Amino acid sequence: MYKMIEAKINGITVEVKEGTTVMEAAKKVQIKIPTLCKHPDLPPSAACGLCIVKVKGSNKMLRACCTPLEDKMEITTNDPDIVEVRKTVLELIISNHPNDCLKCGRNGNCELQSMAADFGIREDVFGKFLRDIPIDSSTGTVVLEPSKCILCGRCIEVCQNMQDVWALSFLERGLDTRISPAGDIKLSESPCVKCGQCSAHCPTGAIFEKDDTQLVWDALKNQDKYCVIQIAPAVRVAIGEAFGATGKNLTKKLYALFRRMGFKAVFDTNFGADVTIMEEASEFVERFVHKKSELPLITSCCPAWVDFMEKFHSDMINHFSTCKSPHEIVGTLSKTYYAEKAGVDPSKIYMASVMPCTAKKYEITRSDEMFASGYQDIDVAITTRELARMIKQAGIDFMNLPDEEADSLLGDYTGAGVIFGATGGVMEAALRTAYNLVTKKELEDVNFVNTRGLEFIKEAEIDIEGTKVKIAVAHGLSHVEEVLERVRQAKKEGKEVPYHFIEVMACPGGCVGGGGQPYNVTDSLRLKRASAIYQDDKEKTVRCSHNNVYVKKLYKDFLGKPLGEKSHKLCHTEYKARPIYVR
Amino acid sequence: MNTCTCAPELKEKEKQDGLKELKDFIKTGKQLHDKQGALMNVLHKVQEIFGYIPREAMDVVSEELCVPTAHIYGMATFYNFFSLKPKAKYQIYVCKGTACYVAGGARLLERIEDELKIKLGDVTPDGLFGLAITRCLGCCGLSPVVQVNDEVFVRLVPEKIPGILDKFRKMEKKTK
Repeated sequence: MYKMIEAKINGITVEVKEGTTVMEAAKKVQIKIPTLCKHPDLPPSAACGLCIVKVKGSNKMLRACCTPLEDKMEITTNDPDIVEVRKTVLELIISNHPNDCLKCGRNGNCELQSMAADFGIREDVFGKFLRDIPIDSSTGTVVLEPSKCILCGRCIEVCQNMQDVWALSFLERGLDTRISPAGDIKLSESPCVKCGQCSAHCPTGAIFEKDDTQLVWDALKNQDKYCVIQIAPAVRVAIGEAFGATGKNLTKKLYALFRRMGFKAVFDTNFGADVTIMEEASEFVERFVHKKSELPLITSCCPAWVDFMEKFHSDMINHFSTCKSPHEIVGTLSKTYYAEKAGVDPSKIYMASVMPCTAKKYEITRSDEMFASGYQDIDVAITTRELARMIKQAGIDFMNLPDEEADSLLGDYTGAGVIFGATGGVMEAALRTAYNLVTKKELEDVNFVNTRGLEFIKEAEIDIEGTKVKIAVAHGLSHVEEVLERVRQAKKEGKEVPYHFIEVMACPGGCVGGGGQPYNVTDSLRLKRASAIYQDDKEKTVRCSHNNVYVKKLYKDFLGKPLGEKSHKLCHTEYKARPIYVR
Repeated sequence: MNTCTCAPELKEKEKQDGLKELKDFIKTGKQLHDKQGALMNVLHKVQEIFGYIPREAMDVVSEELCVPTAHIYGMATFYNFFSLKPKAKYQIYVCKGTACYVAGGARLLERIEDELKIKLGDVTPDGLFGLAITRCLGCCGLSPVVQVNDEVFVRLVPEKIPGILDKFRKMEKKTK
């Protein structure tokens, strides 16, 4: 049992568990302490110094983010002294931050900008000491602008500990301190896996997604292009946040939006997810029942995870599902299947995708197989954040749009397709279809609730007519190692592998918590987004990929059968070991 | 003109020997309670072997201690003692502590820069001299002072600089 302690914050009695920080305790009694470095997702770094408070009996001010509340403590979080100190701290931070707000990627949602507004900063009291560090956009996914960095340390914490990638670190010290890949190399030559969690956590414009919106506008303007678009499952439940609605599924408004923006056909990545499941579940059955290849099978829909595996765990390549991500499958099919059916010249099709993810920008040119249609299968991938900007530019009252449907050839999806957006979803969707493939029967209850939720490593045993299928689901790259190590250990000792099927998503929470999603994500927000996705699944009449009428039609009219020759050419890919550092 | 501001890189053979010595050091070194705890110690050894911290050595350290390169790089750039560029054979430190500064330390620095045709923080193309500043050396009564490797020169005036540099050049010739 936790010991409870009682203290007073601004004269208000607060009772919390021992070990609670002053900042957390204050929140419980509706007191907000300003900070630029503490993020609800991350441990305190005590870097910015804005959260100072007075503690009775202490002659110095303490940082609320990292000071544990003690029994009988008396805290003052706000008085003219404190405001003055905070203002000075802010002025010091701003003294080496450029006043570039108008042309900054974070204009309007920058934490530093709004803090400066709150504190009424009107002049550069300490002058300007700007750092001249070049911008790094080498990855084509996230852009690093270290001159705008306030050294809060969030990206470092995210990159090193949450994701275990270690692409970024602090170099030098004092005034010269900066964020950089080791050796001042380009990010594209570093271990960076492009997950973009750094950009989703950065309080300023020091790290943000590469803005590709202009490419989309240009294509829409080009009379010669036939613009089509697809949206990922996690986008529809998060885009509303940019317009004041959390946890709302806006699928049908998005379809309407895209038509108004000028897209000729509107597809859904969820349809691709259904196809992915047909392929991946078949792959699993091949391995599990027919013993054609090694177990466990590991999912590969997440491009950041693919990059991470190719760099750090290339010994696992044999275990990787060769099936492309739903995103890429819709891309390929749009320029082959759809082009054929709709009678459109595939060279004219311009495929844009809206993803919750920065790594998808990398995925579209990852390997030769991403050009399977004979063209670049996806022409541009934009993130949820970029889409929000485009909606505002387009002057469309998004939230009040009428509902519309997608173009069904590559648009109708099942409940299994939509849950791809949350951690555990790919596993659950695959199990629904694998069950059918093995038993030729339909599940009575399609819900595999063991795979859901935010626990970082989820394990379960699923019974398929007496055969036990052992699965593991991991999200957040730092939790993958543990799962893979168990597999390696068992293989080394010649024992039976502990899992038959493993799902990995790079971002905490899965795609709903993706690096391209709206800012200020917390676990409660991740859960809200995920529950909107599960609600969509629940409301669908068809909840298994193999029962999707349009998927059946696709295989009948075009692809043949799962793992067949044509689907192998169009829907599968290859992996290769890549160096952690490019020299 | 040679625009490189580092001392010449180590020869391949020297580097390979150094890396071998480093690996042996890590393997035979006394067991610390965790591998990361050994990092500081090992980096000191790298600096000792090579005179700086070459990238190849970082890779060896990263592999042997299971510490990400980014962490090693952060540490190597944080501490003044470590250098990422090969250091010069004779490292010149001009004291810019208060007393030396008042007594004309800045003029000494200017003169050395002129004589060696390098800037503060650089190394001459032949790798002989490197130029850096230091804070108080604790002999303010003798200011201004300049330290070259372990030798301290006191009550200096700019006119004495060429003589001091020549002394080291001659020493170098003799050893050859």
